[in-house]
Amino acid sequence: MLEIQNLTKRFGGLTAVHDVSINFERNKINAIIGPNGAGKTTFFNLISGAIPPTSGKILFDGQDVTGLRADQVAKLGVSRTFQATNLFDRATVLDNLIVGHRLRTQSGLLDVLLGTRRLKEEERICRIKAQEALDFVGLSHVSHRVAGDISQEERKRVAFALALATDPKMLLLDEPAGGVNPEETVGIAELIQKLVKHGMTVCLIEHKMDMIMNLADKIMVLNYGEKIAEGTPAEIRANPIVIEAYLGSENAAA
Amino acid sequence: MKIIDGKIGWLLLLALAIAFPFFAAGNDYYLTVMATAYVFAIATIGLNLITGYTGQFNLAHSGFMAVGAYTVGILTVDHGWSFWPAFALSGFVASFIGFFVGLVSLRLKGHFFSIFTMCVGYIMYLLIEKWEGLTHGTVGIMGIPAPTGFAGIDFEAPRSQYYLVLFFLALSVWAMHRIANSLLGRTFMAIRNGDDLAEALGINLMRNKVLAFMLSVFYAGLAGGLYAGFVRFLGPGIASVEHTFDMTMYMLVGGIGTLLGPLLGSIAVPWLTQYLQFLQDYRFIVFGPLLIILVIFVPHGVVGSYLAWRARNASRLASEAAAKQAKTQTPAGGVIGRGQQKGSSHA
Amino acid sequence: MELILEQILNGLTLGGVYSLVALGLTLVYGIMHVPNFAHGAFYMVGAFAAFFLMSNWGLNYWVAMAGAGVVVAVIAVISERLVFHPLRHHEGLHHMIAAIGILLFLEASAQAMFGADFRRMQTPYAGIISMGGVTLPSQRLLIIVAAFALMLALHLFLRKTTTGATIIAMAQNRDGAALVGIDANRVAMMTFAISGVLAAVAAALYAPINLVYPAMGNLVITKAFVIIVLGGMGSVPGAILGGLIIGFAESFGAFYISTDYKDIIAFVLLVVVLSLRPQGLFTTGAR
Repeated sequence: MLEIQNLTKRFGGLTAVHDVSINFERNKINAIIGPNGAGKTTFFNLISGAIPPTSGKILFDGQDVTGLRADQVAKLGVSRTFQATNLFDRATVLDNLIVGHRLRTQSGLLDVLLGTRRLKEEERICRIKAQEALDFVGLSHVSHRVAGDISQEERKRVAFALALATDPKMLLLDEPAGGVNPEETVGIAELIQKLVKHGMTVCLIEHKMDMIMNLADKIMVLNYGEKIAEGTPAEIRANPIVIEAYLGSENAAA
Repeated sequence: MKIIDGKIGWLLLLALAIAFPFFAAGNDYYLTVMATAYVFAIATIGLNLITGYTGQFNLAHSGFMAVGAYTVGILTVDHGWSFWPAFALSGFVASFIGFFVGLVSLRLKGHFFSIFTMCVGYIMYLLIEKWEGLTHGTVGIMGIPAPTGFAGIDFEAPRSQYYLVLFFLALSVWAMHRIANSLLGRTFMAIRNGDDLAEALGINLMRNKVLAFMLSVFYAGLAGGLYAGFVRFLGPGIASVEHTFDMTMYMLVGGIGTLLGPLLGSIAVPWLTQYLQFLQDYRFIVFGPLLIILVIFVPHGVVGSYLAWRARNASRLASEAAAKQAKTQTPAGGVIGRGQQKGSSHA
Repeated sequence: MELILEQILNGLTLGGVYSLVALGLTLVYGIMHVPNFAHGAFYMVGAFAAFFLMSNWGLNYWVAMAGAGVVVAVIAVISERLVFHPLRHHEGLHHMIAAIGILLFLEASAQAMFGADFRRMQTPYAGIISMGGVTLPSQRLLIIVAAFALMLALHLFLRKTTTGATIIAMAQNRDGAALVGIDANRVAMMTFAISGVLAAVAAALYAPINLVYPAMGNLVITKAFVIIVLGGMGSVPGAILGGLIIGFAESFGAFYISTDYKDIIAFVLLVVVLSLRPQGLFTTGAR
C-alpha cells in the first residue's frame, strides 16, 4: 500500500535517513523500531509529508506522492498522530473532534456568511463522524468532558479518534502508547487491532517491545538512519544485527 | 464553543446598546465616547480573528485601520467622492493589501511573524507620514464629510452617528459569530492549536491563514472607514502601533479567542480610562503593569476565565453523575448498563 | 572622495550603535527564545538616565554613562524576575504582550517625569578632529571607538571567562546546561543585565548627536529586530555584522536616495530578505 523507494533526508551535513526502501502492506500492522536517534520520527515526517525528502520516492496506492505537503497527503487518506496532541483544552472532547472531518468538506467563507444548506449539511456530517470516531475508540462517555480534564490514556485515544475522523485508509501512529501504563498499553494494542479489523492499515513507531512483538505483522528496524532489518517479530527477535544495535545503546526493552 | 447564554444574551446586549442614548440623557460626550469605543471594537474583533483564533499576533493591525481611514479620507476630500462609495471600498482596500502582506508574512511563525508585521506597520506609518502627495503627510486630511443621509435621516448629529456605528458593530459581531462557530472558524482554531496537527488533518495552512488575515484586516479597514466619517479628520497617528497595543489590551482584558471578550474589553477599558480622565496621556503607566499582571495571572481574560470555570463545572457534574451511574450498576451489568452513560454527561 | 569617507564613517557610527543594541537583544533571545519588545525602552531609559545624571547632578559624561548602565541593568533584571521568569512556561504570545506592557510603562513613566519634549544631551566631545584633510566630528569617532571596544570586551567575556561560557552553554542547550549545574536563574539575570548595559551605553553614546525623547527607542528597537532576524537570532557575530550592514545601508541610502525615507530602508530590507528566505540570512545552529 505504501511503497518507499530509496528515501533519503539530509539536513545540511547530517543524514537523518539514508536510502531506506520498504513496502508497507495493506491491512497489516507495520512497526518501525530502533534505538533513540535512529531517524524514526524523521522517517514518519517524510512519509506524512511534513518535510520534503532530499531524494527517493514515496508511492501510496500506486500514486507518486513524493514531495506532497502534509495536508495533501492527508486528503489522499494517510492520517497521522503525534507524540503530543494539542487539543483545545477549554472545549469539549467532541468539539475538538469536529474539525477532524473538515478535509472532506467544501464549505468556504461564502457558505459561512450566507448560511448555505451545504454548510449545515457538512457540519452535521462532521459532527456525526466525530461521534462515530469517539465511539470507535471507546470514549463515548467523555464526549462532553472538557478536553483539558481527561487522562493521558484518554488523550491518546482522542488522538486516534481525530485521525479516524479524517476517513483515512492508513494511519501513522507516533508512539501511541507513550506515557501510558502497562494495563492501558494492552488497551491501546487492542484498539490498533480493532482498526485493522475494520480495514485500516497501520504503521506505528514504538519503543515498547512486548507490545510490538505481540502486535506487529511486520517490523522494520532503523539505526543511524538506515534500515538494518525487516521481517516478522520472530525473525527480528532472532536477528543478530538488531540485537547488536540495541545492546549498543542504553534503550532497554520496555 | 458556547457563547454566553446564546441568542438571548446577545439580544439583551443589543437592546441595552439601543437604549443607551436614552440613559445618556442627551449627553453628546457620552455618545461620542461610546461610538468611538464601538469603532475600535470592530477593529479589535478583527484582530482577535488572526491573533485569538488563528494564533498569529499581527502588530500591523492599526496600519490596516489607517488604510481604511485614508481610503475614505483621500477619496472624499481629494477626489470628491461621497461617503458611502468610499466607505464601501475601505474594507476591500485593506484586504487587498492584506492579501500581499499575508502571503509574505504568514510563511513565518510566532515571533518572526510578529516582528515582521511590526516592521510592516512601521512602513505603513512612515509612508503615510512622508508621502505627502497622497496622504497630506503630517498635516493630515481635514473636512471629511459625514456619511450622507438618506430617507430623511442625516448623520451629522452624535445620536444618529451612534446608531450608525452600532449598526455596523452589530453586523460585525454577527458575521464573526457565524465565522467562529462554523467549520471555517474551527479550522482557524485548529491552526492555533498547532500548525503540524492542523496540516496532518488535511488543512491547507497558507490558504487558511491568508484568508483569516484578509478577513481580520477587512474589519480593521472597515473600522478605519467609519472612524474617518465619524471623527472627520485624519493624521498619521491613526496608524501608530500604539493603537494596536490598545486593542491588544482590550482583547486580553476581555478574553483572547472568545467572541464576547474583545467586545467587552473594547467597551469597558475606554470607559475605565474616562473615569481615570487625568491619566489620559499617561494611561500606560497603569495599563502597562496591568497587561503584565493579566498575562501572568488571568491570561484568558474575563470571558475566557468564566467559560473555563463553566466548562470545568459542567465537567465535574458530568463525572459525578457518571460515577453515580457506575455505583448503581449491578455486578452482572444489570439494567443500568454502560449504554446509559452517554446520556448523563450532557452539559 | 571625502564625501564617501564621510558616509563610511556615518555608516560605522550608526552600525556601531545598532550593533550594540542588537547584541543585547540577541543575547536575551538566545537565552529566553523570546524577543524582548521592551529592549527599546531600556535604550530610552539609558539615554534619560545619562541625561539626568549629567544635567541635574553635573556628573562627567563617562560617569553618567556608567550610571545609566547600572540603572538600566537593574531595571532589566527586575523585568526578568518579575515578568519573564513567571511567564517561562507560557506561550510566546504572552511573552510578547508582557514585554509590550513593560515598554508602555517605561515610556509613559519617562514622559511623566521628563515631559514629551525633545532634549539635547551635552557632550564634552563636541569638537572636530582633522585627519589627513578629512574632518570628523569627535563624537562620531568616539562612538565608533567605544562601540567596537565594548563589542570586543563582550566577545572576550563570552569566550574567555567561565561566566561567559555559562551564558553560551545555556543559549545552546538549556536543559543540558541545567544538568551540568549551571544555574539558569543566575544566567538569565546576568544576561538581562548585560543587555541592559549594552542598550544604555549605546543610547548614551548616540544621544548627543541625536535627541532624547520618550519614544526614541521605538525606531531603534524595530531596526534591532531587523538586524537580529537578518543576522540570526541568538548569533553574536550576526548581530554585529547585521548592525554594520544596516548602518551602511542607511548612511548611503540617506545620502544617495533620500533622507526622508531612510528609516524605511531597514524594514524594506527585512521584507525582501524574509520574502525570499523565510528562515533568515544565517540560520544559527544554537537551536
